[in-house]
Amino acid sequence: MKNTALKKEHYEATTNACKLCTPLGASLAFKGVRGAISLMHGSQGCSTYIRRYLISHFKEPIDIASSNFSEDTAIFGGGANLKKSVANVIRQYKPELVGISTTCLSETIGDDVPMILNGIRHDADGAPLPPIVHVSTPSYSGTHADGYVGAVRALVDALSIRKNHEIEPSMVNIFPGMYSPADLRYLKEILEDFAIPYRMLPDYSETLDGGPWTTYHKIPHGGTSVSEIADMASAQASIEFGYVTRKGTTAAGLLSSRFNIPAYNLGMPAGVRATDRLFDLLSELSGNLIPDRHARERERLLDSYVDGHKYLFGAKAVIYGEEDLVAGMFAFLTEIGITPILCASGGTSGKLAETLESLRPEGYDEPITVLQAADFGQIEDAALGTGADMFVGNSKGYSITRKMGIPLVRVGFPIHDRVGGPRIHHIGYRGCQELFDRVTNALLDVKQEATGVGYSYM
Amino acid sequence: MESSKPLYSGESLEELKQDILKKYPTKVARKRAKQIIINTIDEKEKVPEIGANARTIPGILTQRGCTYAGCKGVILGPTRDLVNIVHGPIGCSFYAWLTRRNQTRLKTPDDENYMTYCFSTDMQDSDIVFGGEGKLKTAVQEAYDLFKPKAISIFSTCPVGLIGDDVHQVAREMKAKLGINVFAFSCEGYKGVSQSAGHHIANNGIFKHVVGEDDTVQDGEYKINLLGEYNIGGDGFEIDRILSACGIKVISTYSGNSTYDQFANSHTADLNTVMCHRSINYVAEMMETKFGIPWIKINFIGAKATAKSLRKIAEYFGEQKLIDTVEEVIAKEMPEVESAMADARSHCEGKTAMMFVGGSRAHHYQELFNELGMRTVSAGYEFAHRDDYEGRKVLPTIKVDADSRNIEELQIEKDSARFRARKTKEQLKTLADKGFTFKDYKGMMPGMEQGSLVIDDISHYETEQLIEFFEPDVVCAGIKEKFVVQKSGVPMKQLHSYDSGGPYAGFRGAINFYKEIDRMVNSRVWAYVKAPWQKNPELSGSYAWE
Repeated sequence: MKNTALKKEHYEATTNACKLCTPLGASLAFKGVRGAISLMHGSQGCSTYIRRYLISHFKEPIDIASSNFSEDTAIFGGGANLKKSVANVIRQYKPELVGISTTCLSETIGDDVPMILNGIRHDADGAPLPPIVHVSTPSYSGTHADGYVGAVRALVDALSIRKNHEIEPSMVNIFPGMYSPADLRYLKEILEDFAIPYRMLPDYSETLDGGPWTTYHKIPHGGTSVSEIADMASAQASIEFGYVTRKGTTAAGLLSSRFNIPAYNLGMPAGVRATDRLFDLLSELSGNLIPDRHARERERLLDSYVDGHKYLFGAKAVIYGEEDLVAGMFAFLTEIGITPILCASGGTSGKLAETLESLRPEGYDEPITVLQAADFGQIEDAALGTGADMFVGNSKGYSITRKMGIPLVRVGFPIHDRVGGPRIHHIGYRGCQELFDRVTNALLDVKQEATGVGYSYM
Repeated sequence: MESSKPLYSGESLEELKQDILKKYPTKVARKRAKQIIINTIDEKEKVPEIGANARTIPGILTQRGCTYAGCKGVILGPTRDLVNIVHGPIGCSFYAWLTRRNQTRLKTPDDENYMTYCFSTDMQDSDIVFGGEGKLKTAVQEAYDLFKPKAISIFSTCPVGLIGDDVHQVAREMKAKLGINVFAFSCEGYKGVSQSAGHHIANNGIFKHVVGEDDTVQDGEYKINLLGEYNIGGDGFEIDRILSACGIKVISTYSGNSTYDQFANSHTADLNTVMCHRSINYVAEMMETKFGIPWIKINFIGAKATAKSLRKIAEYFGEQKLIDTVEEVIAKEMPEVESAMADARSHCEGKTAMMFVGGSRAHHYQELFNELGMRTVSAGYEFAHRDDYEGRKVLPTIKVDADSRNIEELQIEKDSARFRARKTKEQLKTLADKGFTFKDYKGMMPGMEQGSLVIDDISHYETEQLIEFFEPDVVCAGIKEKFVVQKSGVPMKQLHSYDSGGPYAGFRGAINFYKEIDRMVNSRVWAYVKAPWQKNPELSGSYAWE
């Protein structure tokens, strides 16, 4: 069709959103708790849509129950439905935890979920119930990234209790961002190699990327147990990832104010410098040197930077996705000689521009164009005519790169037009290496296609 | 129905059913018992009554979507030149953004296509508190300024009905202001028991606001509408190819590869042919009452069903020329189909399938499995009503419950200026004498084998129970069920999106499906994963030296 220019300074309407809704993020976080079942308080469409969307990326079974509002529930309140649904999921799944997120529907009618849950506990009359954790996630406020952070905080808020006054020496709490299951597995590997005892929340490294079953699993294996979450209150320190997370809204922040546990905030450890900061911190906390095989992984990475720099230098990329991911990719790409000409996110923290400015490498004096609370309509307008060489982001940028005839290097979430989304490494030296190879090869591919001869030698 | 001997004995199925039910609390079990039926068919093609189109029990994992999904996602999503604005917070619009694989084919590269866009008012806290009508008006204005489309439609999500935004008033106002058709749907997610309510709301809206807007009589003989065909994986293209080879003109398709103008002009066709009875029969009924267009049920899934449907259309028009062309087309297409069928059948014969999908697909696809010599041991719909299971003959006995009463029934009257009977009384009598039936859908159950199991709105837990009991060779459902089935070591075919495959309709589609199922059920990959009843998987076997 005609290339319709969307250009206008500001639109009221959102065209092709660059964000998903809050309860999706909460459900993702609940998938990282062992034996947990996620339940959405609202219309059944929310859980169906969010399930089908998460499943199309992770390609794993994902169960999310719903309290199935109907018209009269919407009018008279959802208490009865929530009670019924909690009873039914407990009976069917025998879960170790029920994670409840709200939807626009239950939030708009103003259901008092904590009160309903107290009623459920009261009615149980001492009969054992699994912990039921509630997070408020109206999708008219924030994005999926906020729902994720909110659910992790809600879990810690509800479950973390210091049983005695002892602090477990060298025990570290890890609160990863919305990274891939492969990233989480790798993060655990790093911690183990440092010999650091840790508790990680959420941990969906197995629940959302597992093997075939020999017997039926109502809830896939893996995840952080409720007792581990409880014990997070006695750690020596917390490390949280996220460049733009607001102080006081995170699990690490809560543990810091409630139990005086020092919170170290790192951004997404993407790129060598950001990863170095992580390794330095782990070294400091554990008193151990950087494990040899990770040091060698770093050396191989730097070696490849040298080998590949001439193919990358001056290439222009558009980065988009969650704010933390955009900041991480900005740090990584500027480090390998690529100019991020446009950095965009649907995120609404308002902190993306200053974050990117703080990540500006020494000697990098290109202007940084940032679109905050943006949609793909704006991203397309801004990207057309910039001579961008590639997009780095999720599958949703595809229609623009198709129009522009440039490659899309798929990272983040959602990736529903390729296999392997959950197996992509984004963080650490390993993630850097994987992305470096993919980014370089994407550009080589274009160059090779464009030559008349079709050279097959670099 | 190939044999009268039951597929499974009544006792064994009853035992399975009781096994499933005993895990539920009494009230739930009582409700589910009505929705799990052992199929028996008497001489009059009467089947047992099934509970359908009833609310899903909270906390029981369902396949079903919501009213909004049925209205925006299914019915109006595939219309390429209609700007669809979703009024609500962002999620609903995002999740319906190109997630169904409806294909569309522009006539010229400059044609409008808004299917790749996802427009939303992206409501924020303040809109919920102070109302979102202003924002909606601005969004409509912006869409108009940008695209100058023929029409703009507005879809309401859950909070809209609650905060009382009057989307219909906004539509009327903007229609008057912009001079294009603007119309709205009150399709809040909580309105019905499933997406089926959304289909009905969408049907009403198109009929009220679009059908009959353009009275141009197009050239061409044998003019039909194809209703309830959504062009997933290019199904509609294959059907169009066949119909066009037969000399049959399609005025409009509801709604695969459709445009606004097709709907506006659809009342000029001479026959409505209905593929998916569940999602679109309302439009067929209303067009008959108002404009005099009769409707028949057809099915282009399965080579034999395709041939039968073509013959039925030809019989309706009754001209020898058309009857001959249809026979020529069938004769030309069938040899290739039969050779592919025979080849796949030699690997698939005797295998079994289960299907839990949609409101017509679980029925239609049994045709293709029959052609492969595969037996459907169990099937059910996500959002169908009793008539889709038991046939339209039960319509007068269906109880209208509160949830169905929520959905407006339009009071349609004959359009005195434009009503035109397509057949004379004598012609209708001649057709009836030959056994030709109008608006006749026999439903899924009479076509299934005795002793098969029919389940409405199957839950996650029941799916698993059934896989263990039937040990099927393939399961057909949607993406939500896909990975739990595959993890159990059973091949799974998505019949919503076709796993990026298709088309499966018509003759060429049938060939595609035979090959696909043959490849899937005979793939070596299943040797590597262990199904619960398989003893010796290759990869987790012990080493020889252990």
